[in-house]
Amino acid sequence: MVDSIFRDYRGSNAERSDRSAGDRLRHRQKVRESIRTNIADIIAEESIIGKDKDKIIKVPLRGIKEYRFVYGDNTPGVGQGEGDTEAGQVIGKVGTEGTAGDRAGDRPGVDYYETDVTLEELIDIMFEDLELPDLERKALREIQSERSSKPKGHRRVGIRARLDKRRTAKQRIMRKLATRHAALEELEPDEEEPRFPFHTDDLRYRHVEPKMRRESNAVVICIMDTSGSMDTMKKYLARSFFFLLYQFITTRYRNVEIVFIAHHTEAKEVGEEEFFHKGESGGTFISSGYAKALEIIHERYHPSIWNVYAFHCSDGDNFDSDNPAALRAAQELAEVCNLFGYGEIKPLGSRYYESSMLSIFRRLSAPNFHTVLIERKEDIWPSFKTFLAKERLAEGAA
Amino acid sequence: MKGYELKDLLAWDARIREAVAKAGLDCFDQEFELCDHYQMLGYMAYSGMPSHYPHWSYGKQYEKLKTLYDYGVSGLPYEMVINSNPAIAYLMRDNSLLLQILTIAHVYGHNDFFKNNFTFKATRAELTVELFKAHAIRVRKYIEDPSLGIDAVERLLDAAHALSFQRRRNLAIRKLGREEQIKQAMESAQPKPDQYRKIHRPVGFQPPDINKVPLEPEQDILLFIRDHNPYLAEWEKDLLTIVDEEARSFLPMIETKIMNEGWASYWHKRILDSMDLDQGLYLEFLVRHNQVVRPIPGQINPYHLGLKIWEDIYRRWTNPTAEEIEQYGAPDRTGEAKLFQVREVERDTSFIRRYLTPELARELDLFKFEPRGNDLVVSEVSDEDGFERVKETLLQNVGTNSIPVIKVEDADFGQNRTLYLRHYHDGRDLHLEYAEKTLGYVYSLWGRECALETVVRGRRILLIYNDRGFSTRTMK
Repeated sequence: MVDSIFRDYRGSNAERSDRSAGDRLRHRQKVRESIRTNIADIIAEESIIGKDKDKIIKVPLRGIKEYRFVYGDNTPGVGQGEGDTEAGQVIGKVGTEGTAGDRAGDRPGVDYYETDVTLEELIDIMFEDLELPDLERKALREIQSERSSKPKGHRRVGIRARLDKRRTAKQRIMRKLATRHAALEELEPDEEEPRFPFHTDDLRYRHVEPKMRRESNAVVICIMDTSGSMDTMKKYLARSFFFLLYQFITTRYRNVEIVFIAHHTEAKEVGEEEFFHKGESGGTFISSGYAKALEIIHERYHPSIWNVYAFHCSDGDNFDSDNPAALRAAQELAEVCNLFGYGEIKPLGSRYYESSMLSIFRRLSAPNFHTVLIERKEDIWPSFKTFLAKERLAEGAA
Repeated sequence: MKGYELKDLLAWDARIREAVAKAGLDCFDQEFELCDHYQMLGYMAYSGMPSHYPHWSYGKQYEKLKTLYDYGVSGLPYEMVINSNPAIAYLMRDNSLLLQILTIAHVYGHNDFFKNNFTFKATRAELTVELFKAHAIRVRKYIEDPSLGIDAVERLLDAAHALSFQRRRNLAIRKLGREEQIKQAMESAQPKPDQYRKIHRPVGFQPPDINKVPLEPEQDILLFIRDHNPYLAEWEKDLLTIVDEEARSFLPMIETKIMNEGWASYWHKRILDSMDLDQGLYLEFLVRHNQVVRPIPGQINPYHLGLKIWEDIYRRWTNPTAEEIEQYGAPDRTGEAKLFQVREVERDTSFIRRYLTPELARELDLFKFEPRGNDLVVSEVSDEDGFERVKETLLQNVGTNSIPVIKVEDADFGQNRTLYLRHYHDGRDLHLEYAEKTLGYVYSLWGRECALETVVRGRRILLIYNDRGFSTRTMK
């Protein structure tokens, strides 16, 4: 008869049960790496724009598949039926798991090509990709505010309300014990021990330090041209850029507000939904959008308290008569903003025949004003990167 | 543990071992280890090995298993057995008493199979655990070596893993050494004795090119590269050896999946049937047993197919019908003897080829399906016309037959040290994206241009990977 032994459960043996930790970590690093290298493609995907932070996104992964020589999809297989299978019956779809028959061997199986990440994680990775360490040190215009205080040690002086009675009593006892020997010697027999009153030296006060909080407020002002010439594709590109900007600012400031300004020949503040979806018609006065932005900034977001980021997307099709006014307004806006950008959206090719504001804005010489040209969705990420890189340059110069 | 203790398991194990001995199973000594589901996931990710070298792919495997488990897509196996001497099996501590009993009986079935099946003879079961441990120590040593580091080791392992099963499959056939190959080539080049030599034109002796490398097409790609790329460092050669040795030790499992699972299921059923379980346990046993061996429509469940064939063999050799005697001849030995003979000398391919009868295939309703457009369409069923084709297709998908055969034809193709590989095409095309990437791995190991000859949609093409990347060329 064979021999057997039983080894009872050893739950506490963490080393054995968790030996895959290192390999799992390494795998996750690979996944992150893979996302990072494909970030531009992922960002270009429509689905992530404007979703909430906990939204889970399926991200296609390249580079962590385990390749081997395997047979392709045209491989016949064998399955088992329920007794009534007939030739010609359709049993499933090519490339779906489960129906394709168990190959009963070392077929690598369906490798998974995508992973789930939350939008927040993705944004983290995105900005990791930016690799802008300088930005962390950016002199954010922070306002210090004393919101709360925390206890920190004890002091001999202080206000009555903070008297620490327990500690004070202790001090008195310590002092009493220290002086006791001398006191006893002086004491006549039968004499009662004298009173031993508190002394000012005994008093201990709780010390509190005000907690200084760096308050940082930022407002992102999205200005978009909603004139008739802005079609869905252009709006989508603009939207993607605004999304990135907003997410980026959110990672840097505690309190971020967002303002949407839509303009054609006149500007108004609108809600997000309206901003992206409502089409307008008519011509374009870019200056109207800037004037509205300035107005809102003066009313609600004073630059001494707020970090203002403004970005304007347009197809550059401005009425010529408005150009000088637009330039003046842009100059003014650049003065109150941390960063002011103009993105010209010209789907591929159209820039050769449509008018452009880029040449006009070239005359504007503010270090914190930048223009980018977006021709297709693959441009969004690179142009966003250069936009911020310029900011860094500007800071370096400042 | 739910409602039972270790001593209950010990008592049941003793009864099962008695039944095992009575049934005539011949097992290695057996170790059981009780584990929780995290530990089980860990063992599964590392193929059950108590120690194994680290690589990110096992982390990926773990995450995948865990995700599937967490979302209830797949459960965990009741047990996991590894082919070692003594055999090691892991039991899930949360299983019910009946599941443990069933599992223990099942494990002895596997154990007997490991010890007696010929495919496992070439793996040295008594060294398995130590072998994997030694590999782990060596790989860790390379990773920790500051002049190598994890990235270098990982790059090599990634490439080696991609090719690990591009090796000889039948370990029972001895590989000839170079000297023997030369001798064989010389012998076969000699003119055949010809009794009509007076009227035939004399065939002269054609000396074979004995300087060619490899002399015969070589299937062990990793080992071939190890032995013929002079620029590989010792640690790289060692890693190739390690990966090849691991693949080698898993090969028998792959080659006998259907037989092995069928065998273990057959015996756990017979053993538990013989043990007079009380009614409650017996009912639970029937439920669990049927869950494991149930047919899965549209697929092949190796437990089910294997069990059915084993039962059919036993029936045909103990109680054949008149037609069967007429068709296949009278049984030459008892059912038991036949079972033990088959478990010793067959592997999945031969097992199905010899013992899957048209009647059984019809009973199981096996069919062949093929992709047509985006659909998978049934093209043959197991009737009189279709049976052979269904069986051939099944055989193509069994064991290592589901891995393409690729051999090294020439290590110095075009006098350019190009590694010339040939895919032995059997009607199934390679997955080209995978082939491209994998050829890239071959290139990274070989260090010079690599070419793979294959057939895609009926046309011979050459896939090439060199310092300019991947390219293809149509061949005449």
